[in-house]
Amino acid sequence: MTDATSTPGSATPRAHKATSLLTVDERTRRRNASEGRFKTYGIVAIAIALFFLVVLVVAILRSGLPAFTATVADVEITITQEEFDAAEGELFKTKAYEQLFIGKLQRQLSENGMQVEFDAAAIERIMGKVGGDIREFYRANPAQLGEPVSFQLSASSRVDGYFKGRVTREALQDSRFLQLSDLDLVDALEEAGIIRQSFNWTFIQGADSGVDNPGGAGIGASVVGSFFMMLVVLFLSLPIGVAASIYLEEFAPQNRWTDMIEVNISNLAAVPSIVFGILGLAVFIQFMHLPQSAPLVGGLVLTLMTLPTIIISTRASLKAVPPSIRDAALGVGASKMQAVFHHVLPLAMPGILTGTIIGLAQALGETAPLLLIGMVGFVARGYPDGIVSGFVDPNSAMPAQIYTWAARADAAFYEKAWGGIIILLLFLMTMNFIAIVLRRRFERRW
Amino acid sequence: MYDAPASEQKVNQQTTKISARKVQVYYGDTHAIKDVDVDIEDRTVTAFIGPSGCGKSTFLRCLNRMNDTIDVARIEGDILLDGEDIYDKKVDPVQLRAKVGMVFQKPNPFPKSIYDNIAYGPRIHGLAKNKADLDEIVEKSLRRGAIWNEVKDRLHAPGTGLSGGQQQRLCIARAIATEPEVLLMDEPCSALDPIATGQVEELIDELRESYSVVIVTHSMQQAARVSQKTAFFHLGNLVEYGETGQIFTNPVDPRTESYITGRIG
Ligand SMILES: Nc1ncnc2c1ncn2[C@@H]1O[C@H](COP(=O)(O)OP(=O)(O)OP(=O)(O)O)[C@@H](O)[C@H]1O
Ligand SMILES: [Mg+2]
Repeated sequence: MTDATSTPGSATPRAHKATSLLTVDERTRRRNASEGRFKTYGIVAIAIALFFLVVLVVAILRSGLPAFTATVADVEITITQEEFDAAEGELFKTKAYEQLFIGKLQRQLSENGMQVEFDAAAIERIMGKVGGDIREFYRANPAQLGEPVSFQLSASSRVDGYFKGRVTREALQDSRFLQLSDLDLVDALEEAGIIRQSFNWTFIQGADSGVDNPGGAGIGASVVGSFFMMLVVLFLSLPIGVAASIYLEEFAPQNRWTDMIEVNISNLAAVPSIVFGILGLAVFIQFMHLPQSAPLVGGLVLTLMTLPTIIISTRASLKAVPPSIRDAALGVGASKMQAVFHHVLPLAMPGILTGTIIGLAQALGETAPLLLIGMVGFVARGYPDGIVSGFVDPNSAMPAQIYTWAARADAAFYEKAWGGIIILLLFLMTMNFIAIVLRRRFERRW
Repeated sequence: MYDAPASEQKVNQQTTKISARKVQVYYGDTHAIKDVDVDIEDRTVTAFIGPSGCGKSTFLRCLNRMNDTIDVARIEGDILLDGEDIYDKKVDPVQLRAKVGMVFQKPNPFPKSIYDNIAYGPRIHGLAKNKADLDEIVEKSLRRGAIWNEVKDRLHAPGTGLSGGQQQRLCIARAIATEPEVLLMDEPCSALDPIATGQVEELIDELRESYSVVIVTHSMQQAARVSQKTAFFHLGNLVEYGETGQIFTNPVDPRTESYITGRIG
């Protein structure tokens, strides 16, 4: 701006060249051109970022969505008291139930006008050992004998794979897990409406299963684990972090000590998370003897990790509050504390919330420190019983669960891992949404 | 607050409210106020005049210890309010500031509603027993701040949404809502039009009945109009202090004369 007009040393005013506003001069043209170039760079950068985002979302949805459906067989059978007594009298009881089941299934199919031959082994390959399930049900509910009962049996992971395109007829090699002839039976069962895809509630609600049972694996327990961990992180790191920042920013004297603390907090924010994991292992588990694999310990470790982030962002937003607001409050006789809590903090709140949500999101996705406190590879059994025990019961966390699944051999687990990522992202989006709503409520102009 | 002693203070009209002795202020290495001695009288408007950067605001801020908030600021000497040293270790600056109110050079309303801006001080000092009381204080303060008519229909609109001049009058109203004994005003009219300025000057004149008012101003006319005493600062020194009439018509110090007549500034 100034370089264009100033002519150092010349005392006499420069004679203005007669220029028209309607023609663009060389300098303006160059300036506009560089502005245009800059805009193009920006658009290109955003386009690249968007492209990768779309690729990511599509990849996640394509690989992850199948995890939300499961192949199930709905079979309605009636077992009479006599049949029950007879089966209970056999030596191999579950075998007897299986035979009963097969007989009834065959009759159902032929009633539908379908003739397919199959044996017990084929049924086992498709639906697993059904006899045990049936026997267990009737032993628990003897009143149901003689009534029609509809059993929902989950198909084996290979049959599930056949429905989802993971297993194809061409690539299939007969094995003790699945044979080509089984697929004919599966097709027939599907036609009869017995085998179908249904929403996989087990995946949403269940806990992890063993390595040989991908169908039974669910992320529910680790969602609960992550939720409890986030509660611990939120309720510890937010108050501690905000209190520390307020003290450092508003009350602490400026001296070597506070300078040192400040530098150290900045350094802590850059410490790799696995270091916090080791610290947690040494302090919380080995020294304080808190339970292993518990969301409480995970939450404590992640709190340590999140604190610096919250402190740094809180201090930045406290600094950004205009000092005139503090003067105004002190000027009418408010104490320092009142000035901070009545005026400064509300103005800093949107920034504090932003920092908190970034910290929490980081903590939610953190796997490495959980490796060290035993929250990985842990098979939780069912849900924690209550709120209190939920904090100390062994559990896993979402990213740790995803990591465990991704490391397993069966391709069905791979699908679960992607599905877990979808759940993780949904959890994260919910958290962000809450933060945005809160921030809207606090945001004020001044 | 000020009602009780008012009757007895009327007897000897010209009591000293604030007396400063050998006040020095340093901002780090900068010596901003040098050896200032001044007696500010009760029920009097005292004007501080002087060129920009001479330390008027700095000295004003010493009087209610607002300089405490500046880390690098260091103050020496004594400042007595009603005979009590305000820099005594036992003095809580919060209590002092409730007695010595301040209007700042730049308008700084709270980012809250107009009502809350005024009500904040009375609330934290417990001046209102109930909502009706508080409403009354708010209305009275806004009226005295010469802004009631403009804001009476939107008391719950944000104070920051007002124009600069309205904001300044809001800040004046906020300062008097807590019923201070001394009111420090740092260029309260620099953002006001002549009409609002007239209203504020009227207010200052009215306040003189019960308060001691100290006003920093760049307008000689204003100083002459509203003040009874004038102090002229130059480069951190208090050059001359006396009756306003005498300072403007018959200054003792040549520097005062040249400032008033517009030769330095
Ligand atoms: N916070 C501060 N830190 C360092 N120096 C300061 C600070 N505030 C003021 N000063 C210095 O102290 C001196 C007096 O400043 P002051 O604000 O009191 O001037 P003033 O008389 O009010 O001027 P104006 O009429 O322009 O408001 C100036 O030289 C200024 O640079
Ligand atoms: Mg000033």
